[in-house]
Amino acid sequence: MPEPEELPDESPGRPFWSGTLTFGLVSVPVNFMAAHRSNRVSLRMVSPEGQPLARRYFTSQDEKLLDWEDIVRGYEIEKDQFVVVDDDELERLAPERTRDIDLRLFVKSSDVDPKYFDRAYYLTPGGSSTKAYRLLAKVMEDTERAGIATFVMRAKEYLVAILAENGILRAETLRFPDEIRSVADIGLPDPVKAKPAEIRKIEKAIESLREDAFKPKELVDRSAQRLNKLVAKKAKSGEDVVTVDSEPGERDRKVVDLIEILNRSLKGTASAKPGAKSTKSGVTKESGRADDLDGLSKAELYERAQQLNVPGRSGMSKKDLAAAIRRSA
Amino acid sequence: MAARAIWKGQIKFGDVDVPVKLYSAVQDRSVHFRLLDGKRKEPIKQQMVNPESGDVVEYGDIRRAVETGSGELVMLDEKELTTLEPEPSREIDVIRFVPPNEITHLWYDRPYYLGPDDSEEGYFALAQALRNKELEGVARWVMRKKEYVGALRADGDYLMLITLRHAGEVLQPSELSPPEGRDLEKRELEMAKRLVAAMEDELDLDAFKDEYRERVLELVEAKAAGKVVKFPKAPTKKGEQSLADALEKSIASAGKRRKSA
Repeated sequence: MPEPEELPDESPGRPFWSGTLTFGLVSVPVNFMAAHRSNRVSLRMVSPEGQPLARRYFTSQDEKLLDWEDIVRGYEIEKDQFVVVDDDELERLAPERTRDIDLRLFVKSSDVDPKYFDRAYYLTPGGSSTKAYRLLAKVMEDTERAGIATFVMRAKEYLVAILAENGILRAETLRFPDEIRSVADIGLPDPVKAKPAEIRKIEKAIESLREDAFKPKELVDRSAQRLNKLVAKKAKSGEDVVTVDSEPGERDRKVVDLIEILNRSLKGTASAKPGAKSTKSGVTKESGRADDLDGLSKAELYERAQQLNVPGRSGMSKKDLAAAIRRSA
Repeated sequence: MAARAIWKGQIKFGDVDVPVKLYSAVQDRSVHFRLLDGKRKEPIKQQMVNPESGDVVEYGDIRRAVETGSGELVMLDEKELTTLEPEPSREIDVIRFVPPNEITHLWYDRPYYLGPDDSEEGYFALAQALRNKELEGVARWVMRKKEYVGALRADGDYLMLITLRHAGEVLQPSELSPPEGRDLEKRELEMAKRLVAAMEDELDLDAFKDEYRERVLELVEAKAAGKVVKFPKAPTKKGEQSLADALEKSIASAGKRRKSA
């Protein structure tokens, strides 16, 4: 299945997922908020006249248009032979872990091998009280410990490290060991001993480029800069500019201030949660689908679809996105 | 079975020039589903459609545009898109060396192993030098028409390149304000510390398996064989209690678990 080529902004503004950290018998309801955003303006697919295009699905034989409701998910067991699996079945496979991240192991934060880290989310307090959240964050930060757990989020199991920094908890998903190749798997040659003179020469070259602090500015995205500059120039001159009726919500994604949204959510005000019932700290939250997709803008739905890797998301309407997210949830 | 290199390049800085091959350190284990036509259980086709007219737009006729934020689109033609592409190059340009932990995992994207290409000695000398200096490099390179930034690190005797997110793409904890509230009680802090200590252990990631993935595959096999699928039962819910009580009980049971282990 071809991947969409658009690179949308990661501007969630709303939690990507809500769950509960359990720490012994203590429960800390949390919201997952993306810790990343994109610099780029998104390249959309349009018709020769400039009309933004939508991805649609058709039957392969007679090319009849299919609604999202007519589409099911199948696993190919043999060529052209599929077993259909529905969302309910996938959800029922892990009833105990769909909402709980059970921290049963704490390790030194520095012990996690860097190549395992995948994606980061900030955790914001999900309940009306922030006490249990602050307690866990403070203790983990002071003792430089990370909690390790597995949990199931939207039909996929995650291995996760929970870390605390600046009084804020974050979840970093880790790859499972069988997803990481070893040097032996790759077949790299055995190390050979290098000449000390050669090593010293390289050390000298390293030393001359050494800085004690890393400057994120050095990671500037030149491609995004070139694209943004070209677009700004053409927009200013009015060259190749077409006016479109985009769906509401499509436009406001640029003005979203992620930092402000995260800070608001960190305060623990339940308002940052979409339609989810607020849960008291100290009480295990009921599992179930708490996310109200209808309240989200298209950009927000897109963000979720992207994280869920919904195929064909770039061309979907708001309604289709919501349906697809429910389907993969 | 040896893996295939996905790219070849040369690490360059100062008078250092080390030819390397790049290998993905990650292998996909996800269970992939196909989208099917629900009636016929056949794979479906996707096409781009003009939602106004309902007409299918063939791939060759699709153009690219960027939304400017004011309801306007700026169209870009093939030539312009080509001029945006970075210059092809084989150089992995190391621009800086910094102490480890300076680049936090929040920047990390994807890990790659580097292997020697031609000269093994230069490769292992660089890995050794990086280890001796306890530093990691900040690198930039162009691979398959895309610009990357990455961290060049020693991984045991070998070299690794972890692609990083670009400047501005990571929200830093220091930019955020932590939740506030009344001061935490000393007793609760002490208990929480004891609880963490009781659950502390060495990290053995190999002990973690993606059990859910296995369950999904079992489900698929059972359905394919026409068997009745058994689903696990949901656990019973825990009751409500005060934070201090919960901590106390947790420490007691964590202590027991440790002893019996």
